Amino acid sequence: MSVAAKTGAGLVQITVPDLPGGAAEAVLERWHVGPGDQVTPEDVVAEVTVGRIRIEIEAGHSGLVEHLLAQAKGAVIAPGAPIAVIAARGEPDARREMSPLRAAAAPCPDLAEPPRPFRSPAAGAAPPPEPDETARVSMRDALRGALVAEMRADDSVLVLGENAAEQGGAYKVLQGLADMFGPRRVVDTPRLLQGVAGLAIGAAFAGLRPVVELRSFSLALQMIEQIVHSAAKTHYVTAGALHCPVVFRGPTGLAARSGAQHSQDVAALFARIPGLSVVQPSDAGDAGGLLRAAIRAPGPVIFLEHELLYGSDAPAPAQDAPLPRIGAARLLREGKDVTIAAIGLGVRHALDAAHALEADGISAEVIDLRSLRPLDSASVIQSVRKTGRCVTVEEGNPVGSIGDHLAGILMREAFDWLDAPVISCTNADVPMPYAANLEQLAQVGVTDVIAAARAVAYR
Amino acid sequence: MPSDTAADAPVTTEELTGFLRDMLLIRRFEEKAGQLYGMGLIGGFCHLYIGQEAVVTGLSAAARPLDRSITSYRSHGHLLACGVPPAAIMAELTGRASGLSGGKGGSMHMAAPERGFFGGHAIVGAQVPIGAGLAFADRYAGEDRVSFVYYGDGAAQQGQIAETYALAQMWNLPMVFVIENNRTASPGSPKQVELTALAAAHGIASEVVDGMDVLAVRQAGRRAAQRCRAGRGPALLEMRTHRYRGHSLADPAGQHSRDDTRRIRAERDPVEHVRRRLRDRGTGEDTLKRIDDAVREEIAEAARLARDAPEPRDDSLFDHLAMVQE
Repeated sequence: MSVAAKTGAGLVQITVPDLPGGAAEAVLERWHVGPGDQVTPEDVVAEVTVGRIRIEIEAGHSGLVEHLLAQAKGAVIAPGAPIAVIAARGEPDARREMSPLRAAAAPCPDLAEPPRPFRSPAAGAAPPPEPDETARVSMRDALRGALVAEMRADDSVLVLGENAAEQGGAYKVLQGLADMFGPRRVVDTPRLLQGVAGLAIGAAFAGLRPVVELRSFSLALQMIEQIVHSAAKTHYVTAGALHCPVVFRGPTGLAARSGAQHSQDVAALFARIPGLSVVQPSDAGDAGGLLRAAIRAPGPVIFLEHELLYGSDAPAPAQDAPLPRIGAARLLREGKDVTIAAIGLGVRHALDAAHALEADGISAEVIDLRSLRPLDSASVIQSVRKTGRCVTVEEGNPVGSIGDHLAGILMREAFDWLDAPVISCTNADVPMPYAANLEQLAQVGVTDVIAAARAVAYR
Repeated sequence: MPSDTAADAPVTTEELTGFLRDMLLIRRFEEKAGQLYGMGLIGGFCHLYIGQEAVVTGLSAAARPLDRSITSYRSHGHLLACGVPPAAIMAELTGRASGLSGGKGGSMHMAAPERGFFGGHAIVGAQVPIGAGLAFADRYAGEDRVSFVYYGDGAAQQGQIAETYALAQMWNLPMVFVIENNRTASPGSPKQVELTALAAAHGIASEVVDGMDVLAVRQAGRRAAQRCRAGRGPALLEMRTHRYRGHSLADPAGQHSRDDTRRIRAERDPVEHVRRRLRDRGTGEDTLKRIDDAVREEIAEAARLARDAPEPRDDSLFDHLAMVQE
């Protein structure tokens, strides 16, 4: 892939191409060239990643590399953003004119400006706040901040994961942690998943608080025996003699075009297991607090992060904001006609649907469940007593879904307040297909939620 | 592995007497558990350790007080060896409130971390990576401890054990892998390979030990632990032992032939082995009998308590489950 944008004076910018799945950003992995290198159009100049997908960026033009705009490995870059400047072949003067030292005098002011689309997560800094705008934080930075805070506060907290130290882990959440805490506390593990899972659980039995990062929660299915038997059940069957304060965290849910074994939601699978807590933040503002609460929890926590939300941002919570309680849902929008209880990316769909329904005169209340075990059914019941109707939204498959579980609870405990059957919006009951159109058909989306809300409101 | 003077230190009569008592405690406990099982007082799974007593007894003698251990579902001997009162174990087997796990664990789920014992794990092989985690925590905290991680010859060919060899070697974990090879891996297991070779492929030093001889076990255990304490990484001991009873009381599969067991019991029984040594040193029959009588009495009392104790309260059903902070 390559995009070369023509600029003045024989200079061209190499820009980030459109990303798979319409992703909003990619992470710079490495440069193959440096200033002064001669390139031809098909030369690969850089590699970036979007999630697990590695993309090579080609020069798209012949010439000399002038300078690189995004230097730092791990820099986050958006589609269309320039990443390097090359001087078209045979125009050496222009190259000199554009040298970084003289950038201020360059004839292309847009190139001379600081490369705005870049920010370096390694520096741990969110982009400087605009005037009249509250500070915002990305999901990635919020999660990293939570890990840093808990690791600073407690030496028994450590991180284990594939490429945790070397490459900053999955979606670069761990970027910079190895520099701050060293290899003792940021541990690179091989992909020996049963072994690593058992080892982390044993370390927790012995008093540590390990946070295990998974490249994808699909890999947790190779760990599931240890998670279900050793992490979840041992505290109970030893009458509390052994404690297992371990967190398994990492990406889950729809991963665009990744296929059935890497694009799936495992929330309901783990939520069935007594002894586990299962948490999924739906936005960047809530993610850090939830992760800190998970690390402090006395037992094992499955902490699910949505593949598509790492780059999303939200107003940063106040430094002294109290940590959320695991097991408490969050009311995101008040309404009176229908309750929409949602999880993870489903919360986005719920909020978008609520907005659309408003135009039709349907007032939707949106609840972010955020903890699937314990499940805050009391908050949903309370809401349904007001609205009389409920729709649930999650990305898992329908059989044994959180939504159907909640529907059962509402039928038993809020029957007299229900004016319509509960509708659970889930993905289709198929393994996630690859083809773009089938993938679209298989996944729950905002139109499903709108249709369900209209149906329960008989509108 | 090279031997050394500490490991080859001669055994005192007092130590031998202690070994006899410790092994008899396991033997008599398991015999009683078998009886109670037959009477219907113990349900479900109940895996007896009879015949293998020298392994855990010898290694416990090689360990230091703060060292850790972990094993499979065949855990009664390990619990007794680390000093858990027999009554608490027996009451767990009968599913009573006074059981070590409050009646919620049963034969396979008991732990005494304050005594360095981390369970009692019911899924074959699962305890091995967990055991590596114990050693990992000690290395992380800079503690001078060794973790003894027990498993059987059936588990020894599992993938997760190979993964654990790799992790232990990579991180130089202070752990001793202990294969209790009673040569009775459940039927259908692959033809037995050389188990030490599987560890050697990962660079782990190993030793094959006569697991029916408590002194040989103790000496090998000291050598392996010394290796760990010297920072030279994990070690593996393959204990050649012999289980007299079936896999579990509910599942006698994997039992040796009666003739085989009778012959080994006559020639190599670990308890008899120590008795013989004591006799050779002039310990009288009266003394030997007194030891056995005291053990029998202790076990009979444990069984009585385990029969008479109340079942767990109904409202304990949801205890030890609220794992998130309120």
